[in-house]
Amino acid sequence: MFPIVSWMVFSPLIGAFLILFFGDKNEKQCKRIVLIAIISSLISFLFSLVIFMNFQSSPKMQFVENLKWIESLGVSYRVGLDGISFPLILLTTFLTPIVLLFSWDDIKKRIRLYYFSMLLLETAMLGVFVSLDFFLFYVFWEAMLIPMYFIIGIWGGKKRIYSAMKFFLYTMTGSVLMLIAILWLYFATGFGTFNILVFLNSPVDPLLQTWLFAAFAIAFAIKVPMFPFHTWLPDAHVEAPTAGSVILAGVLLKMGTYGFIRLAIPLFPEAAVEFSPLLIFLSLVGIIYGALMAMVQKDAKKLVAYSSISHLGFVMFGLFSFNLLALGGSVLQMVNHGICSGLLFLTVGMLYRRRHTRFMDDFGGIAKVMPAFSVFFVIAVFSSIGLPGLNGFVGEFAILSGSFQSHFFPTLIATIGVVLSAVYMLPMVQKVIFGKIKFEANRVLSDLNLREWFVLVPMIFLVFLLGIYPKPILKIIEPSTKSLLLKIKGRKLLVKKRNIKKLRLVISEIAPRRGY
Amino acid sequence: MSGWIASLAMLLSFLVSLSIFFSFLLHSPQDRILSIFLFDWIPFGSLKINVGFMIDPVSSIMTLIVTGVGFMIHLYSIAYMREDISIVRYFVYLNLFSFSMLLLVLADNFLLMFVGWEAVGLCSYLLIGFWYEKPSAIEAGKKAFIVNRVGDFCFLIALFQILTIFGTFDFSDISRSASELFMKDSFNVNLLCLFLFFGAAGKSAQFPLHVWLPDAMEGPSPVSALIHAATMVTAGIYLLVRNHVLFSLAPSTLMFIALVGSFTLLFAASIALVQNDIKKVLAYSTLSQLGYMFLACGIGAYATAMFHLMTHAFFKALLFLGAGSVIHAMNGEQDIRKMGGIRSYIPKTSFTFIIGSLAISGIFPLAGFFSKDAILFSAFKSHSLAILFWFAGLFGVLMTSYYTFRLVLKVFYGDKNFKENETHVHESPPIMIFPLFVLAFFSIVGGWVSIPMISGGDVFGKFLSSVLNPTVSVDSHHNLTLELVLMFLSLGIALLGIFLAYQTCCKKRQFFSDSSVVGMRLFSLLENKYYIDEIYSLILVRPLRFIANLFFKLFEQNIIDASVNGTGRLVKSLGANLRSLQDGYVKTYAVSILFGAVCIIFLLVFNFSSRF
Amino acid sequence: MVPLENYLFLSSILFVLGLIGVIVRRSVIVVILCIELMMNGANLAFVSYGHFLNSMDGQLIVFFVMAVAAAEAAIGLAIVVMIYRNRESTDLDEVNLLKF
Repeated sequence: MFPIVSWMVFSPLIGAFLILFFGDKNEKQCKRIVLIAIISSLISFLFSLVIFMNFQSSPKMQFVENLKWIESLGVSYRVGLDGISFPLILLTTFLTPIVLLFSWDDIKKRIRLYYFSMLLLETAMLGVFVSLDFFLFYVFWEAMLIPMYFIIGIWGGKKRIYSAMKFFLYTMTGSVLMLIAILWLYFATGFGTFNILVFLNSPVDPLLQTWLFAAFAIAFAIKVPMFPFHTWLPDAHVEAPTAGSVILAGVLLKMGTYGFIRLAIPLFPEAAVEFSPLLIFLSLVGIIYGALMAMVQKDAKKLVAYSSISHLGFVMFGLFSFNLLALGGSVLQMVNHGICSGLLFLTVGMLYRRRHTRFMDDFGGIAKVMPAFSVFFVIAVFSSIGLPGLNGFVGEFAILSGSFQSHFFPTLIATIGVVLSAVYMLPMVQKVIFGKIKFEANRVLSDLNLREWFVLVPMIFLVFLLGIYPKPILKIIEPSTKSLLLKIKGRKLLVKKRNIKKLRLVISEIAPRRGY
Repeated sequence: MSGWIASLAMLLSFLVSLSIFFSFLLHSPQDRILSIFLFDWIPFGSLKINVGFMIDPVSSIMTLIVTGVGFMIHLYSIAYMREDISIVRYFVYLNLFSFSMLLLVLADNFLLMFVGWEAVGLCSYLLIGFWYEKPSAIEAGKKAFIVNRVGDFCFLIALFQILTIFGTFDFSDISRSASELFMKDSFNVNLLCLFLFFGAAGKSAQFPLHVWLPDAMEGPSPVSALIHAATMVTAGIYLLVRNHVLFSLAPSTLMFIALVGSFTLLFAASIALVQNDIKKVLAYSTLSQLGYMFLACGIGAYATAMFHLMTHAFFKALLFLGAGSVIHAMNGEQDIRKMGGIRSYIPKTSFTFIIGSLAISGIFPLAGFFSKDAILFSAFKSHSLAILFWFAGLFGVLMTSYYTFRLVLKVFYGDKNFKENETHVHESPPIMIFPLFVLAFFSIVGGWVSIPMISGGDVFGKFLSSVLNPTVSVDSHHNLTLELVLMFLSLGIALLGIFLAYQTCCKKRQFFSDSSVVGMRLFSLLENKYYIDEIYSLILVRPLRFIANLFFKLFEQNIIDASVNGTGRLVKSLGANLRSLQDGYVKTYAVSILFGAVCIIFLLVFNFSSRF
Repeated sequence: MVPLENYLFLSSILFVLGLIGVIVRRSVIVVILCIELMMNGANLAFVSYGHFLNSMDGQLIVFFVMAVAAAEAAIGLAIVVMIYRNRESTDLDEVNLLKF
């Protein structure tokens, strides 16, 4: 069988090494580098599309490849994908060429190194999503950090060193905890293998679970980021170059939630159920807190960054309410958030490259000089607000309506976040797009150029596609989430029994419980 | 050009809905339903949400209103917006709105309806802020969207409840299984209906959530006519009527709805008494009329509510378009204190405007008379407590006719309060006048489809009867004399209102002396709209900002981030202190190696000796 | 026959002499010579143990050490030459860049 997954993962890497052979001294050479980078990421995207065509709607791991690596430790090169990882893979392969194209006008120094890092980053991200071996997973997980560190640290804004350092140390702390937990799990179970699938299919001692889950949860919560571990995010997002912010918000944050749904929850279901009240509480705090923080920001990029915290809170809430609809909604919302926050960062980046400021008060009346841009910007904002018909709504609705069935009051609080999203997003539109032109510098801004059209149109297309016809992607997600839920169903029932009194508020005795 | 394309699209849509309407008339009542399935929207697990449309008599009436009145307003806009440079954008928004509104009324399930529901909110946001260079317009648009979002919050909760209880969003499935499911469970159905009602109250601007509608008048006048009078704001009523089966199972919620409706109708009418902006008066009057509709729903007279919705769409659209024509004539002036006596300049506009005013005041035989009277009659005879609602409605009639004719008299009659040579008052072009006459025509005859006194006169109720269980209006001819008495009473009260308006405006007679303390207080209370905006700002907006700021400055920066940076600094300073140990001389290192080796040897020796 | 202790005693004296030399002398050359001395002390211990335990391993290791010591001396002297070229002295107290 053709190792299509490996090809998909490593074609950006091949491109990255190819780039190293070219110079970046003059304009022509730079153009060549950008082209190579975009083409190699597009090849990866094509491979993922081929996988999409051949993807079967089943809970099994598909396109599995298995190669021997370090046999004495039980380490192997084992990759594959299923309905949980595949949407995120598609998101990654889709976003990368777009941000590479976007960087064309943005990155002016050390171009070769930049595109090398971006492609390396793509390989690492895809690697995390496809690896089915803890060792491999960890290698990719760490490999992801390094290019991102350089992207923030070299091409970032004024406080880039501080932010890059903060980002690196925060995630490093988490990954060290995760490494310890992986090793602990490896030695405690004594299977002599790092194969994730083996661990997924064998129950872990509940006493051990608590600690291991805690370690995994902290590692992933930092990445998500959940409430008390979130302060790296605004700094990193704001200081990173636009392309970096897009990848950071679009894909890197999903690593955390993906880690929860792929590893932390199915490996340690008892502990996950046990910890779920705490995690739900933290995600609710994140929703409201992120929204409140976003309300007071003056920096557009920071506002978007805080809105990510709020949105990711929804995803976490959906994951830990252990309900099929909410779980599926969470996976979908990961993709949706990747698109709409990516879109927001791209649009803010387009403003930044024209005016070299991100402060919303420096704009105003942009609708007059950049009408096409304004349309895209408003669509991005409303997608983030969760307007039905656009992509943000479907996931959000699925999460909330699913979790409502088991968590009445938490859902009420989370739904307040939906209201608040309008409260913090609309002032941005008001300050940037509408109003009179206050500054002379804004009067001469040019509207989108051709490359920017090419960047925005596919994104907007997806915004509408996922909002109006999400069926294909739901069909991918459904079987995997269903089988995941079956795993924890026994535990879920136990929890339900405890909460039965609260539930009566919404479900009458005669109302039949439909099966989810 | 763009205007004509947009109008043509509306005309087509109107013709289609007209043909559906006539085909319904030909069918027997049971067959008056049409549904199409388009595609699966969210299929997940056992949840299946479709995109599909359904037309029954209720939605047929709604589509007729939306497309018919919408077409008229499109035509009107062609001339009204002619000089605006963003006219294309305007018609894009307007058609997007019409699409969304049709989506709302034609949806066959709750979630699709919610899509339309939000989309009309979006269009309303965009159209209120159409003149985006005006800060107040943008602010108003934002306010409208956010207040609507609060209502949507409740709507969403209701949707979650529906999904939990029914497992489906399909209207017909829900109506079918509701009575069985909720037989013994009055708590949940009341809760559900309460949330639904709050959702409706957000969109239809009922009392606690009414604050956005008066501000929404920042948009162009045709927009106010279409969105904020004729169609979008009635979406709440439509929601209630569509789910009347659910609401009928929740009598205490219905009671609450009637209470809120009648409170809003009095509350808004009282504010309208003293407003001086021509569009603001109409906005508060819209609030008040919506209150009537909610009152009708609350007492179970859904068909009557729909009836009033329809007539209101005619005469309120007429009034707003007329107001737009007046503003157009006055070169953008909206303050009625700066108008007066312009009847002779714009005779056609003033003629139609007066017809609209007569209709809204409930003067026989115009449309408003029949619909409002039907509501009052239903209130009078529904149940014992409802007599209070009847009184409220009657008092509302008095205020309605007063504020409407205060407006009419101040604008069209009396002294000219503007400089004639500066303001060149002119009649609007024919394309603006034509819709006014069409709407005026319907404001007159629109009520004749439901004349309760004549046996079989209630054509309207009969048409809807396949959906809405025939309620009050059908058996109303039991007590002809009672009804006639009530009719004359309300007619008399309406005339009294007009008389009072005449007395104050033309004769300058004071009923409340402005100088008295109570009068002053009352006047300023009304003029400031009961300070509701200020109260919200004080108890909601500012505390929220304050808390957010506090959290950001205190918690985010000084606790979380400070502790993170503190950890970093701790490690750094530790390193700075320890680095003095490393001085770079090979000898020091050799000594420390020696020291370490000695320690290890010592330990080994000690351990070995202890082991043996 | 000379007992093992005597050999070990001699080897530790050589080692400690070398160690003291490494620590107290300033000249790089002398320090390198002292390191050789230490190594030879260790070699003596290896050889004597090998002899007394009737094993060839001790001598084997000594050959290794000698080979490594030769390489080390070559590199060490090369470093000394480099230091001298850069600083015009071989005084160890002036070379303190080995930090941070």
